[in-house]
Amino acid sequence: MATPNTISRKSDLSAGEYKWGFVTEVEEDFAPKGLSEDIVRLISAKKDEPEWLLEWRLRSYNHWVKMAKTQGEPTWAKIRYPTIDYNDIYYYAAPKSSQGKAPESLDDVDPEMLATFEKLGIPLQEREKLAGVAIDAVFDSVSVATTYTKQLGELGIIFCSFSEAVKNHPDLVQKYLGSVVPYSDNFFATLNSAVFSDGSFAYIPPGVRCPMELMTYFRMNAEGTGQFERTLIIADKGAYVSYLEGCTAPFRKTSQLHAAVVELVALEDAEIKYSTIQNWFPGTKEGEGGVYNFVTKRGICRGANSKISWTQVETGSAITWKYPSVILQGDNSVGEFYSVALTNNYQQADTGTKMIHIGKNTKSTIVAKGISAGHGQNTYRGQVKIMPSAENATNHTQCDSLLVGDKCGAHTVPYIEVRNPTARLEHEASTSKVSDDQLFYLRSRGLSEEEAHHMIITGWTRDVIKELPFEFAMEASQLLKVSLEGAVG
Amino acid sequence: MLQVTDLHASVIGAGDTEILKGLSLTIEAGEVHAIMGPNGSGKSTLANVLLGRPDYVVNSGTVEFDGENILQMFPEQRALRGMFLAFQYPAEVPGVRPWQFLKAALDARRNFAGEEPMSVRDFTKLFDDKVKAVGIDPDLVKRSLNEGFSGGEKKRHEMLQLEILEPRLAILDETDSGLDVDALRIVAEGVNNLRSPDRAFLIVTHYQRLLNYVEPDAVHILIDGKIVETGGPELALKVEKSGYEQYATAAAG
Ligand SMILES: Nc1ncnc2c1ncn2[C@@H]1O[C@H](COP(=O)(O)OP(=O)(O)OP(=O)(O)O)[C@@H](O)[C@H]1O
Ligand SMILES: [Mg+2]
Repeated sequence: MATPNTISRKSDLSAGEYKWGFVTEVEEDFAPKGLSEDIVRLISAKKDEPEWLLEWRLRSYNHWVKMAKTQGEPTWAKIRYPTIDYNDIYYYAAPKSSQGKAPESLDDVDPEMLATFEKLGIPLQEREKLAGVAIDAVFDSVSVATTYTKQLGELGIIFCSFSEAVKNHPDLVQKYLGSVVPYSDNFFATLNSAVFSDGSFAYIPPGVRCPMELMTYFRMNAEGTGQFERTLIIADKGAYVSYLEGCTAPFRKTSQLHAAVVELVALEDAEIKYSTIQNWFPGTKEGEGGVYNFVTKRGICRGANSKISWTQVETGSAITWKYPSVILQGDNSVGEFYSVALTNNYQQADTGTKMIHIGKNTKSTIVAKGISAGHGQNTYRGQVKIMPSAENATNHTQCDSLLVGDKCGAHTVPYIEVRNPTARLEHEASTSKVSDDQLFYLRSRGLSEEEAHHMIITGWTRDVIKELPFEFAMEASQLLKVSLEGAVG
Repeated sequence: MLQVTDLHASVIGAGDTEILKGLSLTIEAGEVHAIMGPNGSGKSTLANVLLGRPDYVVNSGTVEFDGENILQMFPEQRALRGMFLAFQYPAEVPGVRPWQFLKAALDARRNFAGEEPMSVRDFTKLFDDKVKAVGIDPDLVKRSLNEGFSGGEKKRHEMLQLEILEPRLAILDETDSGLDVDALRIVAEGVNNLRSPDRAFLIVTHYQRLLNYVEPDAVHILIDGKIVETGGPELALKVEKSGYEQYATAAAG
């Protein structure tokens, strides 16, 4: 049999190694462990928040306490994890040097922080900062720096940390906070509304096309902390913005909770393109540790002819529970969801989208690709809802699963609710494996088994990857490769 | 260049039945050999075994390429040493563009030879020229590898790869089947242009007509997993006229 023994395969590749797993040694300020009204007050006080925001947090907290007593965490998703002790989590951790506040200028930023982000490929210094991408760098509970704020400011674009927005643009925050994801929305969103720490805020004024990518890079560092950030993006009439989110966390054997909320608002003729490369620590190969990514993301196409497009590449986290959705309220508005979710080793992902059609001639597109390898479990869960008012709504859903190996699983759970007879919906689904024919074809041309797998898999995800901003498409493809190491070959 | 001795092979999933039952074949550099034989006689199996397809099992016998035993090598290791197979049924690979695929394949070979990857510019020129040469519609190569290609388009696309990769031993598995006259000429020209003292071809075909354009040094008749007769070009004419019936007893014995 043609088995190898003269020339061995590339086994020195440390399989599945998570390269972003380092820890930054920095003194951090913690609020005491556990969750109580006092903790909520403390977080709010640290940030010098106005009274209305504290009240909103407290309302959320009280609602959450009620939820925790009655229904508890949502249980409908196909994920398994040990009970979370919400009193064993730090709800606030910030580098001491930051004093919980965003720095006035880069000179005030702790060099240790700059070095951390540099190491993650996110240089913040004036000289080295990425061209064409404005970055808000968030470290545990605070934003440590935001680049290009001045240039963007000249166009009237506001891009800053959430805390700064609360200080400098309270009217905008108060008007839109919770307008898409109400504080009572779901267990994790409600928890976030009570204790959210920082995050990004963007406002694009009428008629302005944001000339660069806006990016938030989330870094979880401290052990035993939860990360609860809040992102709010508003595209005013006729505005356009492309926003990107990246995230990593150190290698730790205990799990970490990440419960973020993202709200997008697109007014008339506005467009928001939101891309995520989610690379939280996925846990060890044996399934220890890793981030629980329980996130609520929702956008509303409030005005006519507006458009919101979600693109996500989810390779990280031990568990992903996430359904970026669009409420298509304005007539002729468009919602899109492009997703690649990869689960390897013992990762679990239950992810998908909701498209809620309210306006006339609204149109939604869903392209969801799930890759399962190792013992990974991957579920697509999607809802398309056509309300009675949504004359001539259309939806196209395409949902593909790829299995690598035979110990993993792929599941598809579509919910469809049509309350207007003029709606047109199409649904396509497929499950496939990387075929021996494909592998042999590529290998017979000189590509290694690993390269062949990678080429086949990135090809298979092409329809999603091509939706990413050009600079990040390459990174996403590399990430898929690294995440599959050890699963193929 | 290629020396196959008493090769016995079977296919995983096809039971214990051997498909190649003691096949021997020697091809020297510079030569063109043709293999003919009835459907199911083992021609494609031979081609797959030579390239090391993992689900084909060699039970006994040897295969040497340039004096090196290659049976323990992965397909890619054989490819990097200069072997190439134009597939009878090329696989479809969604989302992978021919340009990207061929660039990776060529760079793998260059890397193996200790050379730098070809620049995007040079490769694009080479690619465009060859696309024209093998008569492929330029729009075709903007699609995914083999996806939705017609039978003939797939064969031309195999020829495109052959011409770009310039292997030292090219095995063509019925590349001339299902081709129109123009395409047949393109295959023949491709082979003739590449024919050189340090390169060899093994052409699997059902039709004598290709051999009108490409003159083989030897023609082998493969029946039931064995080569039962070897001769010159006239042998192809003979089987085309009187079929394989005449060999029925030879194979049984
Ligand atoms: N993967 C496989 N699984 C089961 N049987 C197989 C497989 N591959 C080949 N065989 C069997 O091996 C025998 C030889 O097949 P092969 O494809 O080599 O024939 P061939 O000479 O190329 O025929 P054709 O002229 O039709 O292309 C056939 O009986 C075929 O059914
Ligand atoms: Mg055949």
